[in-house]
Amino acid sequence: MKFNLVIWRQTRKDAAGDMVRYEVDGISPDMSFLEMLDVLNEDLVTHGGEPVAFDHDCREGICGMCSLVINGIPHGPERATTACQLHMRHFKDGETITIEPWRARAFPIIRDLVVDRRAFDRIIQAGGYISVNTGSAPDANSIPIAKDDADTAFQGAECIGCGACVAACPNASAMLFVAAKAAHLSALPQGQPERTRRAVNLVEALDREGFGACTNHYECMAACPKEIPVRFISDLNRDFIVAAANHGRFGTLPPLGEIEE
Amino acid sequence: MQGALDAKIPEGPLADKWTRHRFEMKLISPANRRKFKIIVVGSGLAGGSAAASLAELGYDVDCFCFQDSPRRAHSIAAQGGINAAKNYQNDGDSVFRLFYDTIKGGDFRAREANVHRLAEVSNNIIDQCVAQGVPFAREYGGLLDNRSFGGAQVSRTFYARGQTGQQLLLGAYSALSRQIQAGRVRMHTRTELLDIVMVGGQARGIVTRHLVSGRIARWAGHAVVLATGGYGNVFYLSTNALGCNVTATYRAYKKGALFANPCYTQIHPTCIPASGDHQSKLTLMSESLRNDGRIWVPKAKGEERAPSDIPETERDYYLERKYPSFGNLSPRDISSRAAKEACDDGRGVGALGRGVYLDFADAIERHGEDTIRQRYGNLFDMYRKITGENPYEAPMRIYPASHYTMGGLWVDYNLMSTLPGLHVIGEANFSDHGANRLGASALMQGLADGYFILPATIGHYLATAELPPVTIEDPAFDDAERTVREGIAKLLAIEGSRSVDSFHRQLGAIMWEQCGMSRSGAGLRTAIERIGNLREEFWQDVRVSGENEEFNVSLEKAGRVADFLEFAEILCYDALERSESCGAHFREEHQSGDGEAKRNDAEYTHVSAWEFQGVGNRPTEHRESLMFENVELATRSYK
Repeated sequence: MKFNLVIWRQTRKDAAGDMVRYEVDGISPDMSFLEMLDVLNEDLVTHGGEPVAFDHDCREGICGMCSLVINGIPHGPERATTACQLHMRHFKDGETITIEPWRARAFPIIRDLVVDRRAFDRIIQAGGYISVNTGSAPDANSIPIAKDDADTAFQGAECIGCGACVAACPNASAMLFVAAKAAHLSALPQGQPERTRRAVNLVEALDREGFGACTNHYECMAACPKEIPVRFISDLNRDFIVAAANHGRFGTLPPLGEIEE
Repeated sequence: MQGALDAKIPEGPLADKWTRHRFEMKLISPANRRKFKIIVVGSGLAGGSAAASLAELGYDVDCFCFQDSPRRAHSIAAQGGINAAKNYQNDGDSVFRLFYDTIKGGDFRAREANVHRLAEVSNNIIDQCVAQGVPFAREYGGLLDNRSFGGAQVSRTFYARGQTGQQLLLGAYSALSRQIQAGRVRMHTRTELLDIVMVGGQARGIVTRHLVSGRIARWAGHAVVLATGGYGNVFYLSTNALGCNVTATYRAYKKGALFANPCYTQIHPTCIPASGDHQSKLTLMSESLRNDGRIWVPKAKGEERAPSDIPETERDYYLERKYPSFGNLSPRDISSRAAKEACDDGRGVGALGRGVYLDFADAIERHGEDTIRQRYGNLFDMYRKITGENPYEAPMRIYPASHYTMGGLWVDYNLMSTLPGLHVIGEANFSDHGANRLGASALMQGLADGYFILPATIGHYLATAELPPVTIEDPAFDDAERTVREGIAKLLAIEGSRSVDSFHRQLGAIMWEQCGMSRSGAGLRTAIERIGNLREEFWQDVRVSGENEEFNVSLEKAGRVADFLEFAEILCYDALERSESCGAHFREEHQSGDGEAKRNDAEYTHVSAWEFQGVGNRPTEHRESLMFENVELATRSYK
């Protein structure tokens, strides 16, 4: 197969970028999208060019590193599929394919298709955990957890932190990412003691990082490779409103670490 | 052969060693711990859990990873599960049984004391993970579910669908994130270790390259912990993530740390076969598939009919035929070798003829498609996504791939390498799996090292070693940085004609052919010669574009492949020296008449640990004798 590629090239964070055209030939329908880019890069390098930088690692859809907007859709046209698991058989021979990075103020471009997603880490650092030190855990079976609750927790925990939700959202909101973490922990009895604090800390961090607000477009769920449902967002909103109402400060966020349960 | 190695195994009965050792180790008072800076390289299950646990204790921690976030370390891709001796299923499991199964699974080439300790802490790991919110599978009654894994006779494996590694890693990542927020861990992402710095005979720092800016930086500390994973990518194609590399452990080896048992590399039998030369990695499918799938190849060579058109009488269910009692559940190495033999014999299936069928037709007929979908739905979807074929209708094609490496830097009972202060944990060390690793034991070992063992043993080192103040101005840092800069400049100056990947692919082909599932003296000697030639060509003709002071993917890769090109030789030397078949290491010269591996306990009940003697030279071998006082050395039989 043969493709015309139109790819975003940008040498560093502050440099101007541009869409650049390339042709690739001899592509097998069994190649993954990233393997197709490998072919392009091998060709570029051996002919004295600079390879296209893109993030990738596990290439089996679980590490969350790959992050390409393909023909305008984060991770490309296949539902519930990361770019590394997308295969060329889903494209037409001779097709023109545009490839761009995630675009969001909170995800500055590092080079070409590579963006800086450390904002996600900082959000988790603000409260995406259950505070338990190593060694202080009770026996694993001392807290029975209803299977349905465990399944809900699992559904939230499946998030791979890729950021497709942000790239898909017209507001570049990260609500689905945050709500997935909140849903994971709030579904479990272990997560209850910090539930309120967590909701506020996570949402506050989200605002601090410069992500937009959620206005219910649901593009995030459509782009999510793990199909995390948007109902988690309303669950988080409820927790957040309860937290704010209980402290009489709806609309003004209590500072980190100053919320009483 | 050089002097024998002392593993510093504590005295006393096996079951008391760790408890007693924990009491005998020196402690550091809580108020003093913050004065000790610990460098942790790697943020997977081992590194992430270690960095978090050390910080919780009060140590001052710097943690490094090459990915853009610690949550992306390759532990995340582990599918199957994690073992623990909880005996929740009342089926006769115990710490001793998990210990015994692990020793036996390792074909009697692992250290008894380490393995027993691993089994002891396995239960704490499950408790810890559940407390963090890891969503393990549960029964309707709300209690944890278990399954039997990899042929184990007890159900001791805890799992989270096919994403156990992801969930455990996110648990460790959450603990790590909490410590970063508390200011006790400084996390350095997109930062790669390029050298270890030895001051006064102790590991006191590292030199790194920031992968975005190219900045070379120096970091000093009181101890260094490597948690940098395995070297499976020496085969180019493997189930490892593309970034996995040997650089950290190999550069420690060049600094004098011994590399133990590099030839113990595990090949996993159930991976999706390569579809062409473009293949960049191989995807593992959980071997739980073998519980219901039947493995076969056509009896005739060069068969071209579709599998459904091949009648029963013309199929060879070779595992069921050769190993009637274990059949399709025969151990990983046996299944892998049998698949290769069938393909070498010209009976392989698929485009490249390197594949065998894994057929669910009988299981679907017996249990119904719904049941099979419930059991393996996600795996079937994954297979369909990658191959474009529907495994409910046609059999899957599978082929073995490099998956895990049991070898690694030699460590003593305290997880310290032969370089004082340099500790090595998780897949990066060699310690617990012997010549082969049991399914669902890798996650257990990574977390055991990181949460429970290292945080105890490193305290003892810090409390007892003389650790004079060291700064990054020390001349040893100058030397290390110079070596790093020279290495980078050399790569950039070659300006040859071939891509880094083309060399890596060629190295992988040599290793897979001569030093993969089965090895022979003659093949290994050829491999060593060919690796040397390839390395020479690499340094003359590789093309690395761009410069150091930028985000430069080809430079990153070039450094890693350059290390693989040296390391591959040690792997072959080790395989050559070990003139026996044991675990995952199969020497063609040492097999019974019907192809069973023949171990040589009289001459090889030891660990081989290799000392660097210069690039291209045969390294020197050191040995650690293995003593078996609690188990009897038995011969494996799966007939």
